Formats: sequence, C-alpha cells, structure tokens
Amino acid sequence: MDDSTNATGKNWWQRLTGGLRRTSASISGAIADLVTKRKLDEATIEELEEVLIRADLGIDTAGRVAAAIAEGRYNKTVTEDEVKDILATEVEKILAPVAAPLTIAPDAHPFVILVVGVNGSGKTTTIGKLAARLAREGRKVTLVAGDTFRAAATEQLKIWSQRTGASIVAGTQGADAAGLAYTGLEQAREQGADVLIVDTAGRLQNKAGLMSELDKIVRVMKKLDTTAPHAVLLVLDATVGQNAISQVTEFQKTAGVTGLVMTKLDGTARGGILVALAAKYRLPVHFIGVGEGVDDLAPFAARDFARAIAGLN
Amino acid sequence: MFDNLSEKLSGILDRLTGRGALSAADVDAASREVRRALLEADVALEVVRGFVEKLRERAVGVEIIKSVKPGQMVVKIVHDELVAMLGANAEPIDLNAPAPVPIMMVGLQGSGKTTTTAKIAKRLTEQMRRKVLMASLDTRRPAAMEQLAVLGQQVGVDTLPIVAGQSPVQIARRAIEAGRFGGYDAVLLDTAGRITLDEAMMAEAADVERAANPHEVLLVADALTGQDAVNLARAFNERVGLTGIVLTRVDGDGRGGAALSMRAVTGKPIKLIGTGEKMDALEDFHPARIADRILGMGDIVSLVERAAATIDAEKTARTAERMRKGAFDLNDLREQLGQMQRMGGIGGLMGMLPGIAKMKNQLATANVNENMLKHQVAIIDSMTPKERRNPDILKASRKKRIAAGSGTKVEEINKLLKMHRTMADMMKAIGSGKRGPLAGLANMMGLGGGGMPSPEEMAKLAEKMPGGLPGGGAPGLPPAMPGLPPQLPGGLPGLGGKLPGGLPGLGGFPGFGKKK
Repeated sequence: MDDSTNATGKNWWQRLTGGLRRTSASISGAIADLVTKRKLDEATIEELEEVLIRADLGIDTAGRVAAAIAEGRYNKTVTEDEVKDILATEVEKILAPVAAPLTIAPDAHPFVILVVGVNGSGKTTTIGKLAARLAREGRKVTLVAGDTFRAAATEQLKIWSQRTGASIVAGTQGADAAGLAYTGLEQAREQGADVLIVDTAGRLQNKAGLMSELDKIVRVMKKLDTTAPHAVLLVLDATVGQNAISQVTEFQKTAGVTGLVMTKLDGTARGGILVALAAKYRLPVHFIGVGEGVDDLAPFAARDFARAIAGLN
Repeated sequence: MFDNLSEKLSGILDRLTGRGALSAADVDAASREVRRALLEADVALEVVRGFVEKLRERAVGVEIIKSVKPGQMVVKIVHDELVAMLGANAEPIDLNAPAPVPIMMVGLQGSGKTTTTAKIAKRLTEQMRRKVLMASLDTRRPAAMEQLAVLGQQVGVDTLPIVAGQSPVQIARRAIEAGRFGGYDAVLLDTAGRITLDEAMMAEAADVERAANPHEVLLVADALTGQDAVNLARAFNERVGLTGIVLTRVDGDGRGGAALSMRAVTGKPIKLIGTGEKMDALEDFHPARIADRILGMGDIVSLVERAAATIDAEKTARTAERMRKGAFDLNDLREQLGQMQRMGGIGGLMGMLPGIAKMKNQLATANVNENMLKHQVAIIDSMTPKERRNPDILKASRKKRIAAGSGTKVEEINKLLKMHRTMADMMKAIGSGKRGPLAGLANMMGLGGGGMPSPEEMAKLAEKMPGGLPGGGAPGLPPAMPGLPPQLPGGLPGLGGKLPGGLPGLGGFPGFGKKK
C-alpha cells in the first residue's frame, strides 16, 4: 500500500524516460548495431523496420516509418545519431496531432468522464490517479464504482477515494452498473461536484453482451444529461499488441471513445502500438501512466514520447 | 488488414500449376506472407525469424500433391510446424510432490493472476478432489487480498486469513505452514503483479520462490500481449524459474501469438488457458487450436464443442421428432432461437468460423445482428399459446397486437411467419422421405457429398487439414443461422443459401454428445 513512495523528487520526464528506458535501450542499441556497421541499403532498412515491429508499432506503421527514414538517404552512410533523430521526427509527426490534454469543459456540471477498457488494463488505478490530479487542481470529484463485476473492485476504488478525498458512489457486487451511474450522476449534481468519474467493469471488446451493457450505461446517463458522458477514456495497457486496434474500433463504436490513456508504460520494450493507433485513428492521447505512484499519470507529449522511443534525451 | 493466410498464399502460389515441387522462389514468396501473418498475430520477431527459416527448410522441394493447391500445402506445413512448436501434448498441473504442494503464480499486473488462481483452485478442488488453500501475497495493489478472499468464497476454496503488515515472504511461509497443519493438498500463492523492469519486485518474487520452494511456478500471461511477451517470459524464467504458462483472455479476439513467443523462448509448456470471466472458464491447452487462430483460421473445434455443450440433446431430439411428424410449431422455433442465443448469438458463432472477417461487414450492412434474434424471440413471446401452436390464426388484428407487445413491426412478424412456414414445409418434405429425418436433411443442407459429418470427422478435419478448409468451408454448422437473408455471399456453404432459416441444422446433429 505504499504507492506514493517512489514518486518523490523525480519529475515526470525522468519517470517517462526511466519507464521507456528499455524501449529506447533496445531500439537504439539495435540501431547502433545496424547503422554504424554499414550504409543504409535495403537490408539495413528492412532490419530497421523489424526493430520498429519489435516495439509493437505494427507492420504497416513500421514499414511507413522505415520508408520515411530511407527517403533521400538510400545508400548513404548515416550515423547513429542521425538515424535516431530521423526516427524521432517521423514518430513525432504521427503523434503530434493526437497529443491533447483532457480539457474539463466549464459549462458541464458535473463533467462526466466514463472510463472503459478490457480487463486488467488499469482503469481503476487510472481513475485513482486522475482523481488525485483533478483534486489537486481544486476540483470537487465524485467517483462511481461501476465495476460491479470484479471481486473487490469497489474496495479498490474506495481506497482511492480516501486517498484523494473524492466522494464515492458504490453499490454491491453484481449491482446494475447503469443504475449506479445514474445515481452517481444524480448525487454528483446535488452535491455540486465538478467532475464525475465513472469506473466500468473490464470487458473484452468481442463480447456483444458486455458491450451492450456499456451502451446502456451511456444511454442511462443521457437521460439526466443529454451531453453526458463528456469524455470517454479508453484505457490501454502498453503491453498490448495489435489487438489494441480492435479494442479502439469496438469501444469507439459502442461507447464513443473520445480519448486514450496508455498505462503501464514502465515495463519492458513497448508502447509502440500508440504510434500505430495515432496513425490510424487520430484519437487524442490524454495521459500515459508511467509508474505505480499516485502522481505517475503524465500528460502525453508527442515530442518527448517520440524522442524517448528513439533513445534521445 | 490481413484476414486469412490461406487466401493470401493461394493468391501467390496457386498460379504455379503443373510443377512437381515447391521451388525455393515459391517458398520465399510464401515466407513473406507467413512472416507478416505471424507478426500481425503478435508473434515475437525473433521467434518469427526462426520459424520462417525452419519453414523454408521444410517446404523447399516438398512435392505438391495433385489434389491439394500449393497454397494449402504451405498452410498445412506452417500449421504443423506451429503445432510442433507449441508442444504436441497438453501438460496438466503437476501435483506429484509431498503435500501441501506449493504452486506459485507470477505475472504482470492486470494479466489475470488472481482470477486465474481462483479458477485453478476451483479446478483442483472439483475435478481432482484436492483440498486447496489460497493466499494473496499482493501487499501493494489496494484490495488485492480482499479480491482473492471474495473469489475464494465464490468458488468455495479456503483463503489464508489476512494479517496486515506482513511481507510477501512472511505470508508465503505462513501459508505453507497453515497448509501443513490444515491438511491441505495444495497451496496456491498469488504474488503481486509486477513490472519486469522493477528489480526490487523481481527480487521479491525470487525471495518468495526461495522461501516457498514451489513445485509449480506458473506464469500468467495475457493472450493479447504484443512483442513484449518474449521479454516478459524470459525475465520471469530467468529470475524465478517457470514450470509452465497459463494464457488468459483467450476468449478475446486477439490472435494469441504471445503463446508461441513464450513457449519458444522459455521452452515451458502452456498448461491452461483462461476463456472467460466465469470461474469455470479454464481449459486445457490445445496447440492445434491456437495454431489455427494465429493463422486466422477460426476455431471450428471450439464451435463444435460449444454447440455440443449448449444444445440440450433431449429437447433437440423432441424437436426432431416433431419435425419428422411435420408438427414444427412456433414453440419449437422459439426453442431453436433460444439455443442460438445461448451459443453466443450470431456474432459468437461467426467469430469462430474461419475467413469470416469480410462476411461480418456484409452481415452488418444486411442488417443481420443480435437484435434480430432477440426480436424474433420477443415476437413469439408476445403470442398466446394458441397462436404459437397454430400460427394460421394470425390475422391482421392479432399481428398488430403482437407487434405492439413485442415492440416490433407487422412486417417483422410476417417475415418470421414466412421463415417458419418455409421451415415447416421443409420438415414435412423431409419427414415423408424414406430415410428418416436426418439423412434427408443433410442432403438438403447443401453439405455436398457425404451428408452430415460426425463430430469426430469434423474434429479431424479441423485439426488435421487446416488447408482443407479455405475460405470458410465450415462443414455442417453454418446452417444453424436463422433468418440470414439468402442474398448473402455464398462463401459459406449452407449459410442461408439454400435454407432461409436453416435451423434444423441444430436438430440435425445426431449423437452430438461428448466427443472429447
């Protein structure tokens, strides 16, 4: 229960680069291996593409970035730093349009944030961190423990509400999540909360029954406020591979996802799927989770992310 | 997007006719597609490389059998190689050690460790009659220990009482002691989810491993994991020494390439797979099925099994008997529709059929969706018993009432009645045939050639001849789709093509019981 201990002192940039170290290390190590030894010929570019594939960029995005790197430099001898720079620039080009903070519109009372994702992607923890961040900004936050399926999910969110001082609306396990969301919105209105964050049970995007439950949550909240939910965040685990594409497609269809949060970017080589998603969907990426501490939810910055992936600082 | 390796390879290789064997150039062309397919299935690059090399060695010079297309030939070789790499036999959890047998669960955060722990405990308790104790060593995530306690109550397995402030090693020791004194056969240790980079956490896992000396160390890993699967498996194997892998979220629509990656880098068997949120959704690992999935070939065996598990044999027999007599009324239709829904609806069935990606979109535009089933059931539910038995009495005013009651339109009711009519007529025709209800039915279903394959035959077909089922040639099952409009593309034999609502397919599987 000592989530905050490793949050001391370091700023989020250090945490990000620390978190992405493995990614960068493996990529830049591989780049150094390829490029210092020979010039930029076809074989080298193919290997460069494979390096990107290994970072989960996906075969198409990796191919495109590799092609961009080759453009105009074919058969030239290129130094390691040059390749890193080009790599960072190309990745940044894709990511820059999607880096957007989560703006809490002032005219919504409360501003309703619905948090969705597959099981184990880190929704509840993200909500905890987000609540802490919003509370620090002086907003009054109410949480809805809408994950009524997973054992002890409500308890987990309660602990977060105590830590962050947010009030919480919770039901019993197995309770109707849509009903809870409705009650939560009612209560948040009465108590004059600024932001309402609704947790949902993790669900795989190919389960039609569970997805229609999610649809119901959205529908029911619209009865009280036709503009709700004002933001729908899809939480993606950074270890996820190409299935993230299917996740975005399906959750967008059902819940109208407005933005992405990528969690657990603090493990081994990973995170590249975000580049593929940015290229394909252009959905804003609001935050990245770079650690387990309460403060380890950083706004997404394209340049930093791209440079961290390329192994530059 | 990639949809079916078999189709792609056909495009490349099937132009080569009249050649006796696969040349190096043919195989190179095919290898590129195989590589792409594997990468899109999230198989780790280093594993893909080794695999493609092996494939080249095996495939060059292979004689092309006359009746098989070169593309299918290569798919078959790829499939066989995948199965070989995934491990030919399912290995169960080994409890062959002095009691209490410690079993340690490790894995990343959110991989499903706690849920899997409870599922395994339930399995050991119910299927192997062991007395099991579970203990959560997760002192970090809020409410993790409570989660295991709640799950323990759900599955009826004891959990170690929570003592605040203890370290994971202390809890592990206490659990094993409690296991010894309490006469337990196995003690499951659910460790904290960790991040491989985090040296302190890995060290903690290693400490627990030393203290508990577990007989099994199972890595719980998400089937949706990307390229990172190799790093993850390698790191855990190096630090704590794995004995097996449990793959979770196999019920998702991921291709599951992580399974191959982890198996390849650790050499450790995949022992179990998690296939759902329910506590009994834990199954033995079948390499051939995952191989099919990685190749995007659907999972016909699972479909057959699910059908077998869902269909109430007795009711089906009764319906079949009524069909034979030509007394197929709306109650029977209701029953069939209900079975469809229990099998996961149209979406659930389609997802398991190979080569279905394109079909799905066409289905969506043709307005065939889950709601259709629901509406049809609602319509029948809004009828009086008399109407259900004798739909002929349904005139305009009754239809209006039913439409209002079921929230549908009169046209929908007419459509349903027409569907029922066609089916009932067909039943009658079959019933009057000489060879009994089922033989005739099979021929009418457009199954071509040999009538209804037995479940054994189907399983064999699916396991052995992946190349033999290109483009969605799922035998037999597709007829079980009610109300698919006939204008759908004929890619799937029997799907809506000949029967407007080929429901009798369900009743038409004789002896569909246990086949495993």
